[in-house]
Amino acid sequence: MSFRTQAALWIAQRASAAVLAVCVVVHLVTIIYAVRGGLTAAEILERTRGTGWFAFYSVFVLAVTVHVPIGLRSICLEWLRWRGRSCDLALLLFAAFLAWAGMRAVVGVFA
Amino acid sequence: MKVSVWRGAREGSFQEFDVPRHPSQTVLDIVTYIQRTLDPTLAYRFACRVGMCGSCAMMVNGVPRWTCRTHVDKVAAGERLEVAPLRNLPVIRDLVTDMREFFDKWARAKGEFRGRQTRQDDFAKVPPQSEERVLVDKGIECIGCAVCYAACDVVKWNPDYVGPAALNRAWTLVKDVRDRGNLDRLRAVSGDAGCHACHSHVSCTERCPKHLSPTAAIAGLKREVAKAVLLGEL
Repeated sequence: MSFRTQAALWIAQRASAAVLAVCVVVHLVTIIYAVRGGLTAAEILERTRGTGWFAFYSVFVLAVTVHVPIGLRSICLEWLRWRGRSCDLALLLFAAFLAWAGMRAVVGVFA
Repeated sequence: MKVSVWRGAREGSFQEFDVPRHPSQTVLDIVTYIQRTLDPTLAYRFACRVGMCGSCAMMVNGVPRWTCRTHVDKVAAGERLEVAPLRNLPVIRDLVTDMREFFDKWARAKGEFRGRQTRQDDFAKVPPQSEERVLVDKGIECIGCAVCYAACDVVKWNPDYVGPAALNRAWTLVKDVRDRGNLDRLRAVSGDAGCHACHSHVSCTERCPKHLSPTAAIAGLKREVAKAVLLGEL
């Protein structure tokens, strides 16, 4: 992997971290607010339907998809001494899995 | 007091010595006493004895320190002392490490000055209060003792990582307005073996006997590399 790509990954991880910081705060505040009236499936679904929340959680999933595999790349290198094309390919697949699983949940709850 | 000293190279064990205590005794005094009085085969390295040369750094009770500037009173927990060679470097014998890898990494990080001017040009005038010069001043006093390198966990986990001292050196050159080698240097310090490997644990800054901050230098390099990548210069 070229030094430019590695530097770009670092930028992407920092940018996604900034997005995640906002997303996590909004998510936690929403949870604390939402559980005041009890926690039922009907109550959750009634609150979550709408394009605003759908867009918000789609961004959340996208940020996770970018952020997590880049962090795992460092862990693979430092703890497992696993590096190179095979590692990058595995992490790309893991990123695809995160995007699929995350968006499946978003579509299920918010769409 | 009981002093445990590493004997051997990569394989070896600690050997215990009884050393008399004295006021204002340094760890280097202890090691020197052992070598001169108890066991002349003990190998260790020192030169100036006053914190200028950076050659006497060792692990003292698990922490990298200049032994010449470390008073026993301040580090001997329970009147016990353990002295070992610097971490993260190959051991030649006893307390002596092979520093080649450490300095080779300075070269890999393009730690050499590349001037713009010829001998026909006048001296470069760098205002001492200019932003760049102030930043250079903060990192320029490194004497290459490798204490930061031994303190760094990332060096341990990722042996290709050039380490805090080399990156600190690169940063002082990146901010040197007389230098013309910056794009090459930024390429050299990017990526998994360069500044992007640093996790900002701050161990280097915590342990630097000169109170420099390689962590800040590395953060500066990350910013410069990011800027150059976003502007398409790299």
